[in-house]
Amino acid sequence: MNNLIKGEKHDWEMVIGLEIHAQVKSNSKLFSSSSTKFGASPNSQVSLVDAAMPGMLPVINKYCVEQAVKTGVGLNAKINNYSVFDRKNYFYADLPQGYQISQYKYPIVGEGKVTIDFKDGTSKDIRIVRLHLEQDAGKSLHDQNPSKTYVDLNRSGVALMEIVSEPDIRTPDEAGMYISKIRSILMYLDTCDGNMQEGSLRADVNISVRKPGDKYGTRCEIKNLNSIKFIKQAINYEAKRQIEILESGGYIEQNTMLFNTSTGKTRPMRNKEEAHDYRYFPDPDLLPLNISEKEIDKIKSSIPELPDQLKNKFMVTYKLSNYDASVLTTEKQISDYFNQSINSDPDLKHNAKIVVNWITSELFSLLNKNNIELINSPVSPKNLGELVKLISINEISGKIAKDVLEDMFSSGKTARQIVDEQGLQQVTDQAEIEKVIDEVIAENPKMVEQYLDGKDKLLGFFVGQAMKLTKGKANPKILNDILKQKLNK
Amino acid sequence: MKIDKNTINKIARLSRIKLDGTESEDYIKDLNSILDWVEQLNEVNTENIEPLSNISSSILPKREDVSKDTNSSDEILKNAPDKLEGFFAVPKVVE
Repeated sequence: MNNLIKGEKHDWEMVIGLEIHAQVKSNSKLFSSSSTKFGASPNSQVSLVDAAMPGMLPVINKYCVEQAVKTGVGLNAKINNYSVFDRKNYFYADLPQGYQISQYKYPIVGEGKVTIDFKDGTSKDIRIVRLHLEQDAGKSLHDQNPSKTYVDLNRSGVALMEIVSEPDIRTPDEAGMYISKIRSILMYLDTCDGNMQEGSLRADVNISVRKPGDKYGTRCEIKNLNSIKFIKQAINYEAKRQIEILESGGYIEQNTMLFNTSTGKTRPMRNKEEAHDYRYFPDPDLLPLNISEKEIDKIKSSIPELPDQLKNKFMVTYKLSNYDASVLTTEKQISDYFNQSINSDPDLKHNAKIVVNWITSELFSLLNKNNIELINSPVSPKNLGELVKLISINEISGKIAKDVLEDMFSSGKTARQIVDEQGLQQVTDQAEIEKVIDEVIAENPKMVEQYLDGKDKLLGFFVGQAMKLTKGKANPKILNDILKQKLNK
Repeated sequence: MKIDKNTINKIARLSRIKLDGTESEDYIKDLNSILDWVEQLNEVNTENIEPLSNISSSILPKREDVSKDTNSSDEILKNAPDKLEGFFAVPKVVE
């Protein structure tokens, strides 16, 4: 695969690393008992700890610690028995403490890796540097009033896992696949709800460009991207910007950038003079966090089947390709749906590829069009299984099956009901098809002549006519065979 | 380590504290004498000794993940100099 971008003078390679912020799926915040529920009225879920009232002390949420360990295991990473909470100091209106409690030198989780799968069947490992626990800040609204910023502290103190990758990513697509993979692992583990619109999962992107083989160039960091589409757009724009500067003889200033989602451009967020100096130091309010091997083992034993394991199982059990199996395991609801569907009839096991296609192309496009989540699909996994079964035993054609699926989707009926009610069974009876073909040939003598003169394309015309007469129910293969036989006689 | 005028200005800016000329001179003197005093610790050989992050030998207390319905907005906003519809209102900050 060629991952290089053409420049004026030579080719360039992107070097990309991601910092993903994943909100821990917990009831209460990392160091206080306030609720984490999304969408509550402003400042209604703020304890005195979250508001940083004098004398308040943080007490850590045991569950959040366990979720971080669980995620570490899911990322094939080393769990650290000893970790420390530090204060990262900076002033901002939505940070009442004046510092964020984070982990700096001793994170709870160390090095790990995840694998991404390409369409061509190849895979690539992306190394993880670390995962640490930290507090989220509040939310600032800048665009409501020309002279004021409005601050809501409901999010202040919510537990985040920051997952930092090595700069192993080389293209915007890889970045997208990497974050999808992390999202899928988090959702299988149930440690984060993965909701990017609500900000439960967002990423900072570090990017630089270099001549292939050179050492890393100076990087810029694009902050706070909350969709895969924006991540790709931002990377593309930023790489182009850097290449233009370098090719015109300039140099890249290390900078923090913001991405404007309406213009598709990045711009610097802070200038160098004000470069942040966080003055990290261990938080004197919190003791170090010790996790015993026994506790780690206990958490390990609670880990469910993860996307990669499930993917391998699908490949072995159903002889699916690496790519098909990885598409099924991007989200738990997809693999659950597939599992239920394929297990609804013993014969489907040999038609797994057809089941996959009907889920990931036909059903997904109907769901998308109607803006419905798979989990709320009006077509149940069992009913989809039945539809595929009808196709696989040649009772209906694939073409008619599409109409049947649409009908199932809107009426909630089963494939069987629809096929029986509307008499959509495929015609496979040779004699019956022959009769129709004879009729078509008799009605179009001129066309037959032209066909015999060498206009092969007219075969399609005859097929169309015969299909029309059978209301699309003729088995296409039998129809084609008999038609050719008759015409060439 | 010595604290000079630049360092004191940087620390003041990071702490959002405004210092005038004589104040910064005083702080330079104070901080330097504190650092000198602490620097005596360098005389102790600490090779092969793990840094101590806390003197207590107790273990980090943890709480269960139970949320308490606070409905806090009135109380939390009580001291706010300016507010609107449940939000704190602060001078515009746009970076």
